Amino acid sequence: MTAGGDTAEGRPETAAPAAIELRGISKAFGPVQANKDIDLRVPKGSIHGIIGENGAGKSTLMSILYGFYKPDAGEILVNGQPLTIADSQSAIRAGIGMVFQHFKLVQNFTVLENVILGVEDGRLLRPSLAKARGVLKQLAAEYGLNVDPDETIEELSVGHQQRVEILKALYRQADILILDEPTGVLTPAEADHLFRILRGLKAEGKTIILITHKLREIMEITDNVSVMRRGEMVASVRTAETSAEQLAELMVGRKVLLNVAKAPARPGAPVLEVRELKMVDDEGVERLRGIGFDIRAGEILGIAGVSGNGQTQLLEILGGYPEKGSTLSGAIRLNGRDLPLSGGGCNAAERRRQGIGHIPEDRQVEGLIMDFTAWENVAFGYHHAPEYNRGWLMDNAAIRDDAEGKMERFDVRPRDAALAARNFSGGNQQKIVVAREIERNPDLLLIGQPTRGVDIGAIEFIHKRIVELRDAGKAVLLVSVELDEIMSLADRILVMFDGRIMGERLPHQATTGDLGCLMAGVDPATTAPEDAIPPAHKHVEELPGESA
Amino acid sequence: MDFATVIQILDSAVRLMTPLLLACLAGLYSERSGVFDIGLEGKMLMAAFTAASVAYATGSAWLGLIAGVAGSMALSLVHGLSSITFRGNQLISGVAINFLASGLTVLLGQKIFGLGGRTPSLTGAGRFPEIQLPFAAALRDVPVIGPIYAELISGHTILVYVAFLMVPLTWWVLFRTRFGLRLRAVGENPASVDTAGVSVTRLRYAAIAICGLLCGLAGAYLATGLSAGFVKEMTAGRGFIALAALIFAKWRPWSALGATFLFGLLEAIANRYPNLDLGIVTIPSMFMNALPYILTVIILAGFVGRAIPPRAGGEPYVKER
Repeated sequence: MTAGGDTAEGRPETAAPAAIELRGISKAFGPVQANKDIDLRVPKGSIHGIIGENGAGKSTLMSILYGFYKPDAGEILVNGQPLTIADSQSAIRAGIGMVFQHFKLVQNFTVLENVILGVEDGRLLRPSLAKARGVLKQLAAEYGLNVDPDETIEELSVGHQQRVEILKALYRQADILILDEPTGVLTPAEADHLFRILRGLKAEGKTIILITHKLREIMEITDNVSVMRRGEMVASVRTAETSAEQLAELMVGRKVLLNVAKAPARPGAPVLEVRELKMVDDEGVERLRGIGFDIRAGEILGIAGVSGNGQTQLLEILGGYPEKGSTLSGAIRLNGRDLPLSGGGCNAAERRRQGIGHIPEDRQVEGLIMDFTAWENVAFGYHHAPEYNRGWLMDNAAIRDDAEGKMERFDVRPRDAALAARNFSGGNQQKIVVAREIERNPDLLLIGQPTRGVDIGAIEFIHKRIVELRDAGKAVLLVSVELDEIMSLADRILVMFDGRIMGERLPHQATTGDLGCLMAGVDPATTAPEDAIPPAHKHVEELPGESA
Repeated sequence: MDFATVIQILDSAVRLMTPLLLACLAGLYSERSGVFDIGLEGKMLMAAFTAASVAYATGSAWLGLIAGVAGSMALSLVHGLSSITFRGNQLISGVAINFLASGLTVLLGQKIFGLGGRTPSLTGAGRFPEIQLPFAAALRDVPVIGPIYAELISGHTILVYVAFLMVPLTWWVLFRTRFGLRLRAVGENPASVDTAGVSVTRLRYAAIAICGLLCGLAGAYLATGLSAGFVKEMTAGRGFIALAALIFAKWRPWSALGATFLFGLLEAIANRYPNLDLGIVTIPSMFMNALPYILTVIILAGFVGRAIPPRAGGEPYVKER
């Protein structure tokens, strides 16, 4: 482990009493270990950030703290007292309040009704409503949490709805406030207002836990930060003593280097050309801010970056299914021909016909139909292929034969084509998807997170197949948050940050520190950072320790 | 059409709307809590049968009423188990309850009484008597107010008054009490109730219990108030008409009163004028009798403006990760 590893325990202010202390918390969902032996200490009156990739186990950990799940093992101490949090009610009683990523508000209720729900003072509503009205007025004055108490939730902006959630927690006299990805739905101005509110709460002695995958927020507002990766707490440090780059590196992780034996690439003509690709989603947020790159035949282009910086959108656009309601501009050319960005010619089937294979980021949602059999899944996307059809009927026997062949060649276990996709392990599910896409011999293969939740053996296998495809003169676009994977597999590396390409590196030249900087939105090669950093992210340069 | 006729039709409408109103309010509690219930019909039918049977056996309409409520609540419990505890499909559970009630009432009726699915006619204390309100006789001859009071308002069975009192009571419970707030919340967003530390399951069971109770009253009224005994399929789709009225009323109690009155009135007019003579054309009785059902179709097809059902309706609650 890197620099953060040796600070893993006990570093943040041990002097202050802990509002929350977790000892050895573990939680598994079936075979998935969501939390592994987690220790966490949150000092009273501090803002504590918990950062990690999607699926790192942050939300699970907080749900345990709020009584939604029972941990398999471990101990929870609130204000030094060991506590069993059996349900949300006991969490509330212990003074823990939670603001969920998806608000738990009743849309057609007024603010007041939402605030008193569950903590009414008696059987009749009138006295409770009157009391809550007074308390809300006081809270509004104290923390700048202004919301019209008689407005219904559906009339409020998301920023205001979030305030209602905070008010709900404060009305329940929460001393410890957990916010799960609070800025995901907010505009920058709303986010700034939220941070002002949080600072006000901290000044009043409240403890705040902020879950996020955005480095900017962590650096801006937290006192201490803990990093989670793959269900484990990998580091806890003082925010002032770390940097965005170090955190990015910790989040993404560097596991034992998997060496992929491969010959140097012999790139040919460009297969994919992307020019000035911009995308604005249906909420008006600019997700891609002018992306341009080429991929040549016989090379693997790796795109590194912390998730949520536009990689998903890029893959979706290239795959032919851009997010609904988004507006696109720019150009994509495949083998010299323009591909449409919208309209009838822009769909996944058409892209496949043109020779673009796609191993999507989330195999369980986009790659497979979990309740369908392996052989049916092998045909998906290519079910119009002549060899799968006989007249206007599907030739199920042919599909089965083909599926069994693919399962054999890709060593999918158990080798039972009639088994539902759900019943295979993550690695074997992924092999089914990889087999389907690679064996079609596409000119360009799009790959998103090929080895997420996949065991080591399958990772090696999948990597080998990707390299084989490259050696056969095909172009590969590899998007991964695993820096290792990118470093060992890619022939060229682009780093994405906030919808832009921050820089390009060659794998044998790049260091993780260098890439970590790019992933945090800082270009270390630039001598005058003011020019390189977009105005919206200028704060990054104010970070302590960053100049080092 | 003279004044006396109008009063008579309205009086008839009141009697005919009572089971609809009770069933409609029953559905209101259930659906407001997020449990769709197309089994109102079956519950009413079961209640009508058990009420008539027990009333005949004991000679007491009151014991019949209790049996009716028990029969209906038993089916409510089945619905609760399948749709709340076991998170089954609420529509399928409701359909099953309708079939079960339809078959079971006839089977048991035939087995016990041997009258082809009917129960023997109820007489005397086996039926609910009509209640004469005070001064009804004395005021009868006062012009206008007299007939309205004596004919329209007075002279109904106890269940009619209960049904009408349930309207303001339901309104008060829904919008003025803690239970009502939580009930409405659980039908809109059960996660909000769950995260507030209140049991979604318990709230929904409470709601369907009230639903069972009210359906029981409706069924008992059909068999021991409106008629004198149980007849095969005697609910004749009233459970579905009540559902249509519930949508028409947009899940609000006072509107439910208005909607069910409309249905009751149509039925009363059809009964009074089997062949409505409009001078040029005569509307045949079949059409008149079909009117409530035609109105139901129109309402369900959404011709009466947008009705937004409780947002969490029909969905079993599963905690998300």
